[in-house]
Amino acid sequence: MYELIGVTKQYRRGQERVDALAGIDLKIAQGDRLVIQGPTGGGKSTLLQMLGGLDRPTAGSVFLDGTDLAGLSEGRLTAIRSRYIGFVFQSFNLIPTLTAQENVETALVPLGVKAAERRRRAAEALESVGLGERLGHLPSELSGGQQQRVAIARALVKRPQVLLADEPTGNLDETTRDEIADLLEGLWRERGLTFVMVTHDSSLARRAPRLATLRKGRVTVTENPKAAGTPAPAGKEG
Amino acid sequence: MVQGFQTLADSTVATVAKQSGVDRAVGGLSLVDLKIDGEFRRGEIQRGEGRTQGQGGQGQGFGQGGPGGGGSGDTVTGGGASFGVDSFTLYGTDVTVPDLGPLTTSTLTGGRTFRTTETDAAVVVVDSAYAQQKDLAVGDELTVKDVKFEVIGIATADSGQAAAQVYLPLKRAQTLSGSAGKVTTVYVRATDSTKIDAVKTAIQKNVSGTTVTTSADLSQTVSGSLDTAAGLASSVGRWLSYAVLLAAVLVAGLLTSAAVSRRVREFGTLKALGWKSGRVTRQVVGEALVNGVIGGVLGIAVGLAGAYAVTAVSPTLTAELGASTGGFTGRGGMGGMGGGAGFGGGPGAARTAAGRSVDIALTAPVSLTTVGLAVLLALVGGLVAGAFGAWRASRLRPADALRRVE
Ligand SMILES: Nc1ncnc2c1ncn2[C@@H]1O[C@H](COP(=O)(O)OP(=O)(O)OP(=O)(O)O)[C@@H](O)[C@H]1O
Ligand SMILES: [Mg+2]
Repeated sequence: MYELIGVTKQYRRGQERVDALAGIDLKIAQGDRLVIQGPTGGGKSTLLQMLGGLDRPTAGSVFLDGTDLAGLSEGRLTAIRSRYIGFVFQSFNLIPTLTAQENVETALVPLGVKAAERRRRAAEALESVGLGERLGHLPSELSGGQQQRVAIARALVKRPQVLLADEPTGNLDETTRDEIADLLEGLWRERGLTFVMVTHDSSLARRAPRLATLRKGRVTVTENPKAAGTPAPAGKEG
Repeated sequence: MVQGFQTLADSTVATVAKQSGVDRAVGGLSLVDLKIDGEFRRGEIQRGEGRTQGQGGQGQGFGQGGPGGGGSGDTVTGGGASFGVDSFTLYGTDVTVPDLGPLTTSTLTGGRTFRTTETDAAVVVVDSAYAQQKDLAVGDELTVKDVKFEVIGIATADSGQAAAQVYLPLKRAQTLSGSAGKVTTVYVRATDSTKIDAVKTAIQKNVSGTTVTTSADLSQTVSGSLDTAAGLASSVGRWLSYAVLLAAVLVAGLLTSAAVSRRVREFGTLKALGWKSGRVTRQVVGEALVNGVIGGVLGIAVGLAGAYAVTAVSPTLTAELGASTGGFTGRGGMGGMGGGAGFGGGPGAARTAAGRSVDIALTAPVSLTTVGLAVLLALVGGLVAGAFGAWRASRLRPADALRRVE
């Protein structure tokens, strides 16, 4: 699914140059579940942005199913994001003036889905994350865990191939964290997604079959055959 | 009785009348009756019901008047004590020439005017404003310098302020003030309105010590001052309008740019979801339009509130007119020169000379045009801010937008 070759990303902060990514080589197979760990400032979010086509590397290639995202225009990247990639963020990033359902619908707008169809699919997605009763609620009327569920529904409503989550449980208490982690894991299993999650939480990291550790812009990958849910391509689940 | 002005011998009237182009001339005597509590010497305070009389400094004893005499109203404050002052202006008019002089620009609104035979009668015509103030009516008695006068008529100035508050026969006025054979003002009628300038020149040349004011001069002064005051009033209104417009634009602009800044993250999120820049831009611009309308409405509200405040506090601008240029100057000015009778020329406008004030209420006109412009400009302001915001939003890489405040 993904193949990264020599990906570097440099940020310039005034005179200073920051090497957020310093030569990343990484392969992620379809249906893989990769957890990225590492100290703060290690480049985790930056790497996730490369995978999601939110930004382009300074050098190197990010192949997604054979297409190098590094060489695409902003417009093509936008199209790829809208179709293939779902994002979940630490701070939920819901639009505060829209209801849960409308928030989920925003993911279908760029695909040109008709309004009625959008509403139906959004309601369906919210049901699948356990929020069927909360369609008309504004984000401010929902708990943190519920807001993150809305965000997950928004990420998955378009049936993407890739789910990218940047510390999705970072803002949640422990119980909610586990609920969300279970939900994501279940969805990954159910839908055969390629799932990349950044987390600081070592208990979540332990559950991952594959663990990438980012330190100072460099990556080391560890396989964890004992991890729960390995291997987990869609449909092959016992 | 205070004699307010430098006097001319009444022979001057005849001299003036002889000048070429002069149809008729008539003399008059301006006086100020001043009653104060005994301590002040006569003539030390020159008061004309709150306004400067004539060219103060040039008159006898003007300006060196009582302490604190420069204020307005009927009270002179001096040496820490307050003195009640009751003063009024008188004008001795030549009753034998009823069709020339200051009374011709007043309309009789009660009683009668002087008979041509009443050259030395103890009768007065009172200006309606003064009559109202003193509660005087036809048939009442008015005491001036211990002499009782009968009020035979009430006159209302056609416009502005009357030349005097009390009119009495010239001879009486001269006797009262001990200035027999003296006049302060000469009213002149030209034979032809086209000759007014020539007459003016002739008189100034041949009769020394005179200041000639034509009705044209007067109307110029009057309208000039009026223009200034009115201009001020309208420019206040104009600035207020500008303020309304500026408020509208600012509110719209600020709302929009604040909204964009506040929502950078939202735009980043939408872009991460695959929204095209154009769609995000449209969203921003649409909201900017809404902000523009809100800005416009707020701007109008602020502006109208301001206008209301100004009007409520209602500072009245007063245009002081004519005191220095009027016919009743301290140098024995010649009264305004009416145009020829048959030409319908200006009336003996000198009666306006005694310095009158015209009140111009300061209203703050916020017109419909302004309101419309405010809405329009607010929309434009909102759109400009929106376009800027949209430009920012579209330039924003989603990665950066999402990183904000993370
Ligand atoms: N837009 C930017 N401009 C300048 N420097 C940046 C920018 N984005 C990231 N960086 C820098 O790049 C490095 C990697 O940042 P990144 O956000 O990927 O780290 P991270 O591993 O996600 O950290 P955290 O765990 O705190 O989220 C950091 O030093 C960061 O300061
Ligand atoms: Mg991060």
